[in-house]
Amino acid sequence: MAEIQIKGVAKSFGAFTALHSVDMTISDREFMVLLGASGCGKTTLLRIIAGLETPTKGEVWIGGRRVDHLPPKERGIAMVFQNYAVFPHLTVFENIAFGLRMQKMPQAEVQRRVHRCAELMHIEQLLKRYSGQLSGGQRQRVAVARALAMEPEVILMDEPLSNLDALLRLEMRSELKGVLAESKTTAIYVTHDQVEAMSLADRISVMNGGHIVQSADPVEVYRNPAARFVAGFIGNPPMNFLPAEKVGSGRYRVAGTDVAGPDTDTRIDYAIRPEDLTLAEPGQGLAATIRVVEPLGAHTLVTCDVDGASFRAVIDSDSRVNPGDRLSLAPMADRVRWFDKETGLSVQ
Amino acid sequence: MSDTATVAPSVRKAGRWVFVSGIVLLCVWTLLPIYLLMVNALSTPEEVNGFPKSFIPSFDLSSLRFFLEFEGVLNALWNSIRVAVVTMILSIGFGAPAGYALSRFDFPGKEVFRFLVVMTRAFPLPLLALPLAVMFLRVGLDDSVLGLALVHTTLALPFAVLITYSLFSGIPFELEEAAFTLGCTRFQAFRKVVLPLAAPGIAASAVFAFVISWNEVFAAAVLTIKNRTLTAFLMQSLDWSPLHLKFAGAAALVLPALIFIFAVRKYLFAMWGIANR
Repeated sequence: MAEIQIKGVAKSFGAFTALHSVDMTISDREFMVLLGASGCGKTTLLRIIAGLETPTKGEVWIGGRRVDHLPPKERGIAMVFQNYAVFPHLTVFENIAFGLRMQKMPQAEVQRRVHRCAELMHIEQLLKRYSGQLSGGQRQRVAVARALAMEPEVILMDEPLSNLDALLRLEMRSELKGVLAESKTTAIYVTHDQVEAMSLADRISVMNGGHIVQSADPVEVYRNPAARFVAGFIGNPPMNFLPAEKVGSGRYRVAGTDVAGPDTDTRIDYAIRPEDLTLAEPGQGLAATIRVVEPLGAHTLVTCDVDGASFRAVIDSDSRVNPGDRLSLAPMADRVRWFDKETGLSVQ
Repeated sequence: MSDTATVAPSVRKAGRWVFVSGIVLLCVWTLLPIYLLMVNALSTPEEVNGFPKSFIPSFDLSSLRFFLEFEGVLNALWNSIRVAVVTMILSIGFGAPAGYALSRFDFPGKEVFRFLVVMTRAFPLPLLALPLAVMFLRVGLDDSVLGLALVHTTLALPFAVLITYSLFSGIPFELEEAAFTLGCTRFQAFRKVVLPLAAPGIAASAVFAFVISWNEVFAAAVLTIKNRTLTAFLMQSLDWSPLHLKFAGAAALVLPALIFIFAVRKYLFAMWGIANR
């Protein structure tokens, strides 16, 4: 049972503020992903939870216990590092057993746990090897097995897959999800890869400039981004934005067409995801001129000009389109979102 | 175009010739004295003092035996070893923690500190040795193993700091952090993770400190009278000792130093390659 509570945690390095007063609750057994571009403070937050960094302000609670003044070893956590941090002078077996030996666990129990975790990560045949004799993927497995062997209340992962090649990353991703679901620990996972975040998370916290911008389940984050930053960061290709001009109460003019929108006095932008557009009869929807066509197999990505702005649409790969063609793109009305021009926040 | 095409090979050939002759020259420069030393150390006293000289040693150990049986030599040898061992312990005892601090922590004045470590090499030893001799007389450290070892430590310490600094910098801090999360205190992480990884390099650094002390002659000659080290003993006896004693003594000094330096060369290169980043 380990719920994690972050209360007003802030961190500055000299004049640079890495985290601005972050509040967050992660429930027991939840898989939380901290997502953001590099330098957004996600790793700093993870390291503060681990006890490798001291917060400038705020409190960290794990399982109802305040831990921000405790060293890492007294927090009931285990961590998987970006560069694996497998000890080069120890065998795989001794690496996995390292934390257990520190707890002075009886040899029989050490044996049992190491073998169980090695089996879980499919590295039983590597137990006698040294890390220099392992591939990157195998080292990653050792690092995860070492963390799991601790049977921690919380497992923390700092971009654990970012050093693996694409195919291996895909394989490890689904494996990791299965193993962690089975281990029933609370997990916090830091990544800059939105696909990884979407596929692993129970909940995603999108971070930007030391703030948490949105914290919600993956589909919610994707469908209803709380801010323009989230809309542009999540989704590949990202959401399209067009300027909207207010023409009446709840009526807007977007790229020459009339659209119903929220009744507000702030200046707002119109936003739609590329896959939420369909080809329409001429005269209906947004008038677009194709500039680039990228067939991707399952569908075709077209980059067009709409009202002078760059605009992307995902269309059926059977549609025969060429650069220079004129299209009419009809947005799915319930998928249209609006964002405040100044604050970037979502407007309902 | 045709010009460069015809000129290039001859230029390249000339460059190659300069390169090879440079290497040969360097090898002769370093190896020839050592070779001559060994030839004479391994010849009989008669051969050493006679003429013409041979370039092939007769592999006779009587010169070396004469050297070892010479009055005061064994005592001086024993002093050399004791001073060098104390120097080694002091250099690593102070140098390794300093190297660790330099590689792991950011503190105000870190760059200045690094610079000062190297700066200690800028003072000529005579400048230090004479005031030190006076001071040692006052506090009773004169003519003692510890007194000389302290001076040798000031010579060896900068290298110990630089070598261990580069050594610890080569061990990712992430490994220590992993140890923290697995239940180690800072000290335990150092002992269980950093030390085993750094041990060969620390040993190399210790050997280097040993060699610096072993070869040092000036401070040894100034600061000791009765308890001379081998270098000081040999220098003192330069005027009146027979030629074969000098050669055998020189060989006894050079050989351990050569072997040690050769054994730890990898770490010495690392000192210049990484520590001066």
